[in-house]
Amino acid sequence: MHFEYKVEGGDFTLAGYASSQIKKTLKQLGADPAVIKRVVVALYEAEVNIVAHAYRGVIYADIQPGGITLRLVDEGPGIPDVEMAMTKGFSTASPQVREMGFGAGMGLPNISENADSFSIETEINKGTTLTIGINFK
Amino acid sequence: MTLREIKESLNLKVFSGENLLENEVTGGYASDLLSDVMGYASEGEIWITLQTHKNVVGVASLKDLSAIILVKGFTPDQDTLVMSENENIPVLGTDMETFEFCGVLYNLLK
Repeated sequence: MHFEYKVEGGDFTLAGYASSQIKKTLKQLGADPAVIKRVVVALYEAEVNIVAHAYRGVIYADIQPGGITLRLVDEGPGIPDVEMAMTKGFSTASPQVREMGFGAGMGLPNISENADSFSIETEINKGTTLTIGINFK
Repeated sequence: MTLREIKESLNLKVFSGENLLENEVTGGYASDLLSDVMGYASEGEIWITLQTHKNVVGVASLKDLSAIILVKGFTPDQDTLVMSENENIPVLGTDMETFEFCGVLYNLLK
């Protein structure tokens, strides 16, 4: 099964929509609740990252019998230092984003902790692609 | 313990979800950082926060939390209320500050 969701940068009113849809789909498919919880955390963080940092992006979700692969492709500023970005508490979010309780520097670490596989490809002034794999068993 | 018992013991105001007060509460999580709640809160917990925007409902729904409690007399934004009804996440409020509210809730639940 394949799903695509468009995400607009800066539009927090719709942040979490894709995560909510994927959660419903996985529930309907009878996926293990513990696995669904991990997918939801990883996808929500990645979705919010596009809203908070990029101009726009697309989420591709591919559900196979063995697991789910999420690919989040954004057009945006890119990540200058991935290692720094992976550090808990490090954030480049704007003050407005932080006031809402986002941008705490926990997004990428949360993804990493909940994914079975996780990779970041990024190019400055072009964009970032996250690939997240979570196994069903 | 049900949300109704907590509401009555601590004299909480119900902003939305009057029909969901039989929700079972398994514990609490206090944080104003959404990623912190996303990463570490558990299903069935009450979320104690001062964030009033609708994204708290989104997070609470994704995490299957039992309710949101707004502290210090804060009130939810209008679109927060609408979303809380759609997502079946009750939003309640207290005049207490987070520290005080956590203390009394902890004693009530232990």
